[in-house]
Amino acid sequence: MRCEVKKTGSRLAGLYTVGVAAGAPRIAVVQFPGTNCEHETVRACETLLSDSAVDLVWHAQRFPVDRYAAVVLPGGFAYGDHLRAGAIARFSPVMDSVQQHAAAGGLVVGICNGFQVLLEAGLLPGAMLRNASLQFRSEWVLCRVERTDTPFTAACQVGQVLRLPIAHGEGNYVSLNEPADSRPLRGVVLRYCDATGNVTPPANPNGAQDGIAGIVNERGNVFGLMPHPERAAETLLGSADGRFLFDSLALTLSPPRLAARAV
Amino acid sequence: MTLATAERTVEQHLRAFGLLPAEYGQIVGRLGREPNLVELGMLGAMWSEHCGYKHSRKLLKLLPTSGPRVLQGPGENAGAVDIGDGLAVVLKMESHNHPSAVEPFQGAATGVGGILRDIFTMGARPVAILDSLRFGDPSDARTAYLLDGVIGGIAHYGNCFGCPTVGGEISFHPGYTGNPIVNAMAVGIVPHARLIRATASGAGNPLLLVGADTGRDGLQGAAFASNDDPEASHRGVVQVGNPFLEKLLLEACLAVLDSGDVLAMQDLGAAGLTSSAIEMAARGGLGVTLDVARVPRRETGLGAFEVMLSESQERMLLLVRDGRESAVAQHFARWDLHAEVIGRVTDDGQIRVFDGVTLEADLPIALLTDEVPAYDLTPMPPVGTTDAAARSTHAGPSGLSDGLLRLLASPNLRSRRFAFRQYDSTVQGNTVFGPGQAAAAVIRVEGTQKGLAFTTDCNPRLMLLDPRRGAEQAVAEAARNLACVGATPIAVTDCLNFGNPEKPSVAWQLTEAIHGLANACQVLDVPIVSGNVSLYNETAGRPIPPTPAVGMVGLLDNVSLALPLAWQPANTIILLGQPAESLSASEYVPDSKVFPAFDLQNERRLADLLRALVAAGQIHSAQDVSDGGLAVALVESALAANIGATVHLTTANLAAALFAEDQGRAIVTCAPQHLANVLAVGAQHGVTATLIGTTGGDQLILTDEINLPLTTLRAASEANQ
Repeated sequence: MRCEVKKTGSRLAGLYTVGVAAGAPRIAVVQFPGTNCEHETVRACETLLSDSAVDLVWHAQRFPVDRYAAVVLPGGFAYGDHLRAGAIARFSPVMDSVQQHAAAGGLVVGICNGFQVLLEAGLLPGAMLRNASLQFRSEWVLCRVERTDTPFTAACQVGQVLRLPIAHGEGNYVSLNEPADSRPLRGVVLRYCDATGNVTPPANPNGAQDGIAGIVNERGNVFGLMPHPERAAETLLGSADGRFLFDSLALTLSPPRLAARAV
Repeated sequence: MTLATAERTVEQHLRAFGLLPAEYGQIVGRLGREPNLVELGMLGAMWSEHCGYKHSRKLLKLLPTSGPRVLQGPGENAGAVDIGDGLAVVLKMESHNHPSAVEPFQGAATGVGGILRDIFTMGARPVAILDSLRFGDPSDARTAYLLDGVIGGIAHYGNCFGCPTVGGEISFHPGYTGNPIVNAMAVGIVPHARLIRATASGAGNPLLLVGADTGRDGLQGAAFASNDDPEASHRGVVQVGNPFLEKLLLEACLAVLDSGDVLAMQDLGAAGLTSSAIEMAARGGLGVTLDVARVPRRETGLGAFEVMLSESQERMLLLVRDGRESAVAQHFARWDLHAEVIGRVTDDGQIRVFDGVTLEADLPIALLTDEVPAYDLTPMPPVGTTDAAARSTHAGPSGLSDGLLRLLASPNLRSRRFAFRQYDSTVQGNTVFGPGQAAAAVIRVEGTQKGLAFTTDCNPRLMLLDPRRGAEQAVAEAARNLACVGATPIAVTDCLNFGNPEKPSVAWQLTEAIHGLANACQVLDVPIVSGNVSLYNETAGRPIPPTPAVGMVGLLDNVSLALPLAWQPANTIILLGQPAESLSASEYVPDSKVFPAFDLQNERRLADLLRALVAAGQIHSAQDVSDGGLAVALVESALAANIGATVHLTTANLAAALFAEDQGRAIVTCAPQHLANVLAVGAQHGVTATLIGTTGGDQLILTDEINLPLTTLRAASEANQ
């Protein structure tokens, strides 16, 4: 038995149709060998998407296309980042299911290493180079929200500045646009910025093109970001701004909750 | 039978294995025969300083190792202390100096890998890494190479493994040129029920070797680490780390421990399979039989000698219940890891090593453990290093403002951001204060209100002046750092880095330092539960400055009260402790020969006061006054918050007030309405508390002499980054 869960937020109405089995929406957090952020990602999903059930899904498993409302690929070093970040993980059996899930319009989020896997899998456009510094960077950064018409940023404001931590060696994003093509990339959701929201070279921790920190695909159901919102979900830990991204997902997944909030 | 061959005399063999002729005589007498080469290799490794503590064993007995929280003191892979809620904290610090001198990236990486294994060998999940690093002359090109490699190696291993590097220290002193100090500390958390030891039990139970395949890497590393000339050794001796494999090993080991089929677990570190099998058997008073033919290899042509002494990383030895081998192996297969039965525990106290059907070694385990000689040292203080009469009259450089900027840009005081930003400090999502955010690192204990605080300390300048008081100072500074965030010290792990202990002056330093550690830990009421000794740290016959690195763990009952060092605006700044008197042995006047003011009872009162103030919730920041003195402590708090201050000091000696490193001091800030209460609580604790200024603005104004914008201070602190 299936039910259709539809967004009811006015801007998002009808944009995404997520087919899931009856009951609470299920979230998959995928674990590859070498994934190392699965624990805190599951914790954040369970705490912040409290209407959802969360499964840790082993990379060697496949899952039915209608099983999950959203699939999260967490951070880490899948397969030790051997060869290139994400290059081996994309061949894991679970990625067949992630591809089918995305093709059916299901939501997919890739955080840090998960973003790199999504790029390698072709679910998002572009590629990652090593950071311009050629060093790993672990820092708190500021990111400007560029779009709120996505299921992942619906609870944010355009231009809102989020304080989030990064921790990566390969976050220097390049799009596949021709160098001569100067059109702004439509899929950009987050950009590194300064405290006043300006995208500047000093605010860019890794040399990413146009300060890009997060993107969605053309269809808008696959989201990749380098910062770690799951590490910024409590003021005790330095910032609760990551909640805006989880709250967005909650809005998307649980329309009754949205209605309750609107009251 | 004799060891002598056409190629090598017995004496040459002994030199290669680091054994003295008299020691060889003891061995032959005990065995009633000469050992063969495999046995000699095993004896050389187990009788090395690194494994056998020949020169430090007697002294280490002086250290206080017990306390109401202690669940496991020294003698296991790591110490363990109770933190309530059915949880224990596991901690250990270990050196990887010699490998890092030769191959800094892999040396440091495998140092981190080794210490992480020590933690999860106890069943604990590692939750924090700290690194205590010392390098030589900062202008030396080799120093830059070593610094770069060591930081890169630590980042490589810790980041991939997924354990946050939350703190540590980096300092420079010409005495470390050619022999850097790389001490890695790791901390883990374990439910009491999963705490496991590496003590063999049950003759007949099988031993499983799990994790990486065995190769020639690190062959004879333990003997190499006990040699005083790393340059003479071969770079290929240094092991190569694979943090990805270690992450798999961690997950598989923790999962299999929950099955109840594992009786003991011991990682393979220095001296590889030899020491892990022997130590596990020795703790249980049992014996062991191994078949090296069953050990999975990564290369061909390895004999019993190579397999027994290989230091290939990411391997673990498990003792499991007889008949449960395949159930245990399944846990490892899920993570694509081997688990091969390579031997069994026996009840006759011998270690027997077979290669298939050939007996390659047959030695009494007692000979390899309890009977390792323990030497008395012949300590003799060096002539002319300390001279209490020679009070420094050095006035320091003229111009206090320039002096401050010079200090901020100096190698020992400049910002450590260049290193810390390469370490993932927020993975696991529990980091409250990472590097540079507070006087000590703080993490939350998941599922509780509690927090853990960590720090590492040791000041080589003070150690050279007086190794006993210097060691006391290291413990006191660590306790002060923890008190600043509001934590109570619960355990110490130490790493004793010294030169060749056979030299009377080094023996004296080691003896004095251990007495100092013992005394300070007793006064401050904190046990030493684990540690490591690294001797023979010398270059061209010159010993390093005595360096007993102290790693301390503190407990916070309510982690949300933990204090940062960053200020809030319009707060009152209060100096706790006696006003400073002399610039002796400071970064400002480093060549003076007088130990700064320091008193353990004062330290205890100050720490109690800091905790009382944090618990009362009336102060907003705390920072201890240490390297660089009051001025540098103020700058650090100002830059962390990007908030300036105006500070007044009434003193005849302004340079001393600003830059002296007299101990037992801290600065705290509070809202103006709480000032009277903070001063009163200070008086109750017998600690002098002095109002010295107010936070606010974007300049740091220190008396009439210094008025510098924060941007200028930051530029000086972060120059060359």
